[in-house]
Amino acid sequence: MVTNNSQHISQQFENELQDIRSHVMAMGGLVEQQVANAMEALITADSELAREVISLDEQVNELEINIDEECIQIIALRQPTASDLRLVTGIEKTITDLERIGDESVRIARMAINLSEKDRPKRNYRELQSLGNHVRGMLRDSLDAFARFDVEMALRVAKEDREVDAEYEGILRQLMTYMMEDSRHVSRVVDMMWSARSLERIGDHANNICEHIIYLVEGKDVRHLSIEKAEKVVKGEPID
Amino acid sequence: MEAVNEQKNVARGIDIESMHRGPKVNFADETICLETKDFNLFYGDKQALHNITMQIPKNRVTAFIGPSGCGKSTLLRCFNRMNDLIDTVKMQGDLLLDSGEINAPSVNVADLRRRVGMVFQKPNPFPKSIYENVAYGLRLQGVNDRSTLDKVVESSLKGAALWDEVKDRLHESAMGMSGGQQQRLVIARAIAIEPEVLLLDEPASALDPLSTLKIEELIYELKEKYTIVIVTHNMQQAARVSDYTAFMYMGELIEFGATDELFTNPAKKQTEDYITGRYG
Repeated sequence: MVTNNSQHISQQFENELQDIRSHVMAMGGLVEQQVANAMEALITADSELAREVISLDEQVNELEINIDEECIQIIALRQPTASDLRLVTGIEKTITDLERIGDESVRIARMAINLSEKDRPKRNYRELQSLGNHVRGMLRDSLDAFARFDVEMALRVAKEDREVDAEYEGILRQLMTYMMEDSRHVSRVVDMMWSARSLERIGDHANNICEHIIYLVEGKDVRHLSIEKAEKVVKGEPID
Repeated sequence: MEAVNEQKNVARGIDIESMHRGPKVNFADETICLETKDFNLFYGDKQALHNITMQIPKNRVTAFIGPSGCGKSTLLRCFNRMNDLIDTVKMQGDLLLDSGEINAPSVNVADLRRRVGMVFQKPNPFPKSIYENVAYGLRLQGVNDRSTLDKVVESSLKGAALWDEVKDRLHESAMGMSGGQQQRLVIARAIAIEPEVLLLDEPASALDPLSTLKIEELIYELKEKYTIVIVTHNMQQAARVSDYTAFMYMGELIEFGATDELFTNPAKKQTEDYITGRYG
């Protein structure tokens, strides 16, 4: 395994862990595609594509259940320790976040269907698109960080979550102004708010995945810490 | 705010403060029972232990793990001078029990072994009754008073979690007991003379899983009174029963630390490779 370069004496165990990792990557790839398609459907009013996103969610759910089962099998049969144990528990948590990202894309796809039937604003969701790109970048980088067990990269992604949150706040303020300007827009703007909210949540889940990566590589728990504290913990410096 | 949170937690029946995070033991708070300093051991020309420096805390279970031939049993046997029986053995460095040198010429080996009991891999009851097995150590010390012996036999068998199973057949031969019972009998015999330290060399490796669990449960209870050092090949067992674990490799002490730390996040790659089953 990558966190530990030596090979297991049991080739079978080695293969099982490799398999689980590649299944997580496959699930990550599918979820990434779901987010991208949901955003595309939202921006281009493509309700066809939005429906595809909704129907593909079943595959995401199935992958979560299958990988979960594989993890439980490994815990029961192999009694993993140290980095192997952290890998398996880290994967368990990562797939929960991936599945939730899948759910958020379904929410965005539903909003895309609603919005496709309504008037399009002139600027055509430019802010949402920018937030979407930002969040997709976070998700992609968190999956890359998982594939390479790259703690530096995981910390960089975690840093971006703050920017995403600020961007989200900005969009909310703007959307509230729209509502106040013209109450006929309320229903459309609420759908946009929900979409923005989902994107912001996806950023949070990508951030969580990065925390799981830091735990499984370093054995250090950085949940619920500010990014500055998390960096200190990773470097082994005292916090407070 | 804090008071409100506290109330909330109490209301839910959760005392978050008492939920522990991190290792359950803190080495800085321990009293040291056994200690080695730059300890070397040779079998003839071959060096079996290299510069072992470690401290084993009192009333804790310390496990030695490592591949076959790494020196863990050799080290264990030093603590009650079992290696005295091997002519070619040479030792250097300090080996201390309660700060007293174990190998000092003034030490009476029989006295030392009374303080440091040992249980081996294969149960070795004497071909006598269950009662006489447990009473043996006291009889050697010249204790023959019936009521004293009765008391010690009962408390030792209870201490070894065997009393309920054998109280009606104390005068039957110990050889008729099951392997798991025999092993607990041997432990009862060891604790009858109230040692300070119990050395266990693979105490459960010849037993079935249920007997193994009984021995593990027993170890957990015994640490209240005794300092326990256990050598085991079964890493899960070391993880379950011990507070501290020492990983040895090729006669060297590679890592020593709190067990819950060592099994989730070992500091040394060699430890990691061993406990996760990898090629070094």
